[in-house]
Amino acid sequence: MTDKSQDLSRWVEKRLPIVSSFRREYVDFAMPKNLNYLWNFGAFATISLGMLLLSGIFLALNYSPTVSDAFSSIETMDRQVASGWLVRSIHMGGVSMLFAALYVHVARGLYYGSYKAPRELIWLTGLGLLLMVMITAFAGYILPWGQMSYWGATVVVNAFNTVPLIGKALTSWLMGGEGLGNAALHRIYVLHFLTAFSIIGVVALHIATLHVAGSNNPTGIDPESSDETVPFHPYYTSKDGLGLCFFLIVYAVIVFFAPDFLTLAENYVQANPLVTPQDITPEWYFAPFYAILRAVPSKLGGLILATGSIGVLFAVPWLDKSPVRSAKSRPLLRPALLMLFFSFMALGFAGMHPPAGGWLWLSRVAVFYWYLYFLILLPLQSRGETASSLGFAKEGRE
Amino acid sequence: MKYPFLVLLAIFSFKAGASTPEQRGLQVFRQVCSSCHSLNYVAYSDLSDLGLSVVAIKDYASQHQVADGLDDDGDPKTRPAHPSDRIGSPYPSENLARLANHGGLPPDFSRLALTQQGGTARIIQILQSYASAPEGTVLPKGSYYNLAMKHRHIAMPQPLHDGQVQYSDGTSSTIPQMSQDVGAFLEWAAHPHLHTRRKVGVFTLLYLIAMSILVFFLKKRIWKKVKN
Repeated sequence: MTDKSQDLSRWVEKRLPIVSSFRREYVDFAMPKNLNYLWNFGAFATISLGMLLLSGIFLALNYSPTVSDAFSSIETMDRQVASGWLVRSIHMGGVSMLFAALYVHVARGLYYGSYKAPRELIWLTGLGLLLMVMITAFAGYILPWGQMSYWGATVVVNAFNTVPLIGKALTSWLMGGEGLGNAALHRIYVLHFLTAFSIIGVVALHIATLHVAGSNNPTGIDPESSDETVPFHPYYTSKDGLGLCFFLIVYAVIVFFAPDFLTLAENYVQANPLVTPQDITPEWYFAPFYAILRAVPSKLGGLILATGSIGVLFAVPWLDKSPVRSAKSRPLLRPALLMLFFSFMALGFAGMHPPAGGWLWLSRVAVFYWYLYFLILLPLQSRGETASSLGFAKEGRE
Repeated sequence: MKYPFLVLLAIFSFKAGASTPEQRGLQVFRQVCSSCHSLNYVAYSDLSDLGLSVVAIKDYASQHQVADGLDDDGDPKTRPAHPSDRIGSPYPSENLARLANHGGLPPDFSRLALTQQGGTARIIQILQSYASAPEGTVLPKGSYYNLAMKHRHIAMPQPLHDGQVQYSDGTSSTIPQMSQDVGAFLEWAAHPHLHTRRKVGVFTLLYLIAMSILVFFLKKRIWKKVKN
C-alpha cells in the first residue's frame, strides 16, 4: 500500500512537483527569526481577501444589476435570503478589514524599507494590488444603489469628465451613455467581479517575487547565516495563526455587533438622482483620497493630486537612494516618516468632514506634506547616507 | 411541592400573554401608520421574527391585494398577498402617494430608524411633539404645528391620539406609549435579524477567544527553542 502511494507520489512529482515546491516555499522556507507582528498583516490581507471573494460569490447569486432592482435585491438579501445578512455583513466588514490590513502592510513596507533592492517588484506588485483593491471596492460600493453609491460614483464620474480633451467622451464610452444608468451599473458589476478575481493572479505574482528575495525584517539587514532564520512552518504558521485569531476577533465584532459602525446609513436610502445628499462622504478607506480631491480648488488638479498621491508610491524605490532599509537606523528619516503616517490619518479625518475651515486647511497641509516627504525629504535625506551608515546600521543590530 | 410549579406556570402564562413593544408597535403600524407609510422591503413572513404565528401572518397578508399581472383581456389583475410578499405601500404609485399628501412622500419605514437623522429617539420625539398652534401662527398649506421641528411645522398630520388603538395585551394606549412602541417596531425593521446576529456573534467570539488561547500556547511552545 505505502509502496504504491509512494510510487504514485513519485509519478506525480516527476511530472508536476507541486508537493515538493509547496514544501520548499511554505514549510522549509527560511524566514528571518526577528519579524515582529507587523509582518502578520500580509496574511491578514490574504484572509480578508479570501472572505470577500467567498462571500461575494454568494451575494452575486442574489444580486440584480439593474437600476430598478439593485437596491431591492440587497434588501432581500439582508431580510429574506437565508443567512443573507451574515454573508453581506462579512462582505461589508471584509472591505474595511482588507483596507486596514493593506494600509498597515504598506506603512510597514515604508518604515522598514521593504521596497528596496532586491524587493522592488514586491513593492510594485503590491501597489498594483492596492490599486486593484481600490477599483474593486469603489465599483462594489456602487452596486447597492443607495444614495451614497450613486452620488459617490457621480463625484468620480465628474472628476473624470475634467480630463482634458478626452474626459467626457471617455466617461460616456466607459459608462455606456450619459450618466449612471442600467448600462453603467451592469458594467460596474462586471468590473467589480473581474478585478476582484484578477487580484488573485497578482497576489500570486506578489508572493512569488517575495519568495525570490525572501522577507525583509525589522533591522533591514538580510540574515547572513541559518542561525538567523527559522523555517516558515511551524514558526510563522503559528505566529501568523495567533495574529489571525486576534484579527478575526476584530472582524467578528464588526460583522456581528457593529455592522453599521463603519458604513454610512445614508446608503440605505435608494439612489435618487433628483436629491443630492447634504454631504457626500466616502467610506473611511477612501476618505484620505477624497480629502485630497477636495483640498484643491480645481477639479482636475484634485484628480491629479489624488491619483498622484498613490503614483509617488510607485517611485519610492528610486526616490530613496539610501542603502539603509529600516527607518529604525535612520534617525533623520524616522520622524519625517511618522509625520507622513499622521498626515495620512489627518487626511482620512478631513475626508469625512465637509471641506471648510479647519478641516480644509488640515487636508491642504497634509497633502502638501505628503508630496514634500516623497519628492524632497526622502530623496534629500537619503543622499547623505552611504555604505558607512549601512555599517552603522549593521552594528546597531548587535 | 405543587406550589412552586404553580408559580412557574403563572409566570410563564403571563409572559406568553404579554406582547412585546415591537408587537404593539406592529399593531399601531397596522392600524395607524400603514394608511400612509410604506414598508417596502419587509415581507409579511419576516414578522415571524417578532413572534407572530403563521396563521396570524397569513391572515394579515390576505387582507391586502397585490398586482398579479394581466388577465386575458389585458386588464390588471390582483390577488390576496402571500406571506412571501412585501408589505409594501398603501398607494399604487409614488405619484399617487404625493397627490394624497400635499406633494410630500411619506417616508418608507423599512430603514427609517437608520436613515432618520437622530434615529428612533428623534422619531419618538416628533410623534409626541404635536401641539395646537399659538394664536396668529400661519402654517404653510398642508403643514401641522410640531414643537420638535426647527420651523415648528411638519407635513404629517398628528397621527396618534390617546386611546386610538386597543392593545391586545391591555396596555393603555397613550400617545407616549404608542410612540415608544412604534419606535421599537421601527428599530426592529431597520436591523433585520438583530437577535440572531448577536447570538451567533457571541458564539463566534467565544470560539475565537478559545482558539486564540490555544494558539497562544502553541505558538509559545514552538518559539521557546528559538528565543536567543
